[in-house]
Amino acid sequence: MPVTSVISEIKKDFIYNLLLKGERMDGRTFDQYREISIERDVIRKAEGSALVKLGQSQVLVGVKMQPGEPFQDSPNRGVIITNAELVPLASPSFEPGPPSETGIELARVVDRGVRESKAVDLEALCIVPGKQVWIIFIDVHILDDCGNILDAASLGAIAALLSTKVPASRFGLGEDYILPIRDIPVATTAIEFNDVLMFDPGVDEEAIANTRLTIITTVDGKICGSQKGGKGMLKPEQVYRIIDIACENAKKIREKFLEA
Amino acid sequence: MDETDISFFKDGLRLDGRRADELRPVKIEVGVLARADGSCYIEMGGNKVIAAVYGPREVHPRHLQEATRAIVRYRYNMASFSVEERKRPGPDRRSYELSKVSREALEPVILTNFFPRSVIDVFVEVLQADAGTRTAGINAAAVALADAGIPMRSMISACAAGKVADTIVLDPMKEEDNFGQADLPIAMTPGGDITLIQMDGGLSPDEYHRAVEMAMKGARDIYELQRSALVNKYSQMTEARPEGGACL
Repeated sequence: MPVTSVISEIKKDFIYNLLLKGERMDGRTFDQYREISIERDVIRKAEGSALVKLGQSQVLVGVKMQPGEPFQDSPNRGVIITNAELVPLASPSFEPGPPSETGIELARVVDRGVRESKAVDLEALCIVPGKQVWIIFIDVHILDDCGNILDAASLGAIAALLSTKVPASRFGLGEDYILPIRDIPVATTAIEFNDVLMFDPGVDEEAIANTRLTIITTVDGKICGSQKGGKGMLKPEQVYRIIDIACENAKKIREKFLEA
Repeated sequence: MDETDISFFKDGLRLDGRRADELRPVKIEVGVLARADGSCYIEMGGNKVIAAVYGPREVHPRHLQEATRAIVRYRYNMASFSVEERKRPGPDRRSYELSKVSREALEPVILTNFFPRSVIDVFVEVLQADAGTRTAGINAAAVALADAGIPMRSMISACAAGKVADTIVLDPMKEEDNFGQADLPIAMTPGGDITLIQMDGGLSPDEYHRAVEMAMKGARDIYELQRSALVNKYSQMTEARPEGGACL
């Protein structure tokens, strides 16, 4: 058996005993997020960028744009391509090589938030209908995985988009302009462990969790995406409870976010 | 095209004549492949999906094996001809994600600790796609697992709900999925424990609630069909399956 899972058995007991007392390892309540900081425009070479810190987790998101061909089924719409790199410097369990299943899922959930909230007006990104549109590359770089990198990455993506300048002049397409953003999707993740729900899990809490549920909400309080992960199950009531708290948490996070 | 360009309802019925809370026709056949330890073919509306289970068997590569339990692998694969525009063969990012969530939909009920150091392989091939392939795949896979005699705590049944023209509908078909406002697939045990839940689109918390309820109702109906398909096959069996699991 790998050493990590032995440690997690011991940690599991420890965390379980704590939560029986209604406590978490770092003293937070079950619904409480760690400190969030968002720093925008950290990479000058990128069209937009953001460094998000969620507790000690650190995620850097860069946005690059270039003109390219539209998809055949949407000739008048820009294209969003989201990618995530779980680079090995971020965690002892990340390995170099092609994107892992976790990385692919993370990128696709981040993408779902941006896409389904319609945060980016894709029609405004058409240059020549059917021929040329703007392609937005959202690249998520996980720098330090101290848990819940999904929420951090999703925050980073929208923060980076909010600071994105369309590089029109570089391609002889007129003057640069600010990318118009119409929504701020916020992903909130909870884990379930022995029927207890905990938000914004730390890395040890993630390791012992049976189930994970991410809810992505928009400015008007709608849900634009969700994703369950993990080998456990959830009761419908638990899903609804996570949604309620997720909506509340997202509101707070969004306020915090607008200050940045 | 925009969602407003299509009218989804005519005289209160959907494009294919269904009510809002009606499933498409479902057909389930058990034990359709001779070589596999368990298999199932399912049709859900225009979806045609086949699932095979191999195992418990030795893990290759060996470093993947777990000392205390069996690992479960799930491969969701779409045939290149299963969709309108030819799909490039082989896994893409979508199928990696679907494989992951589908595996996590089944793993909660599989008694993996009965088979240390082994693997249970689930292979799902989508032969014809018409929205809802992941749920069809999970339904077929769950039946195939039972057919393979894998010990499970319960069956798993999957179904999606969607939102079109501001109405919550059960089991969206292609047009409703492509041009609709939301899609919410779930998988669950007959007891109502949810093992898969995803969503994209736009739903208020109340609509989300109703969509979950509706999808659960659909999954319950599918459970009955899965159950009777299994009962049908095994009640007609007179002799034990020959050694090696080969053709009857």
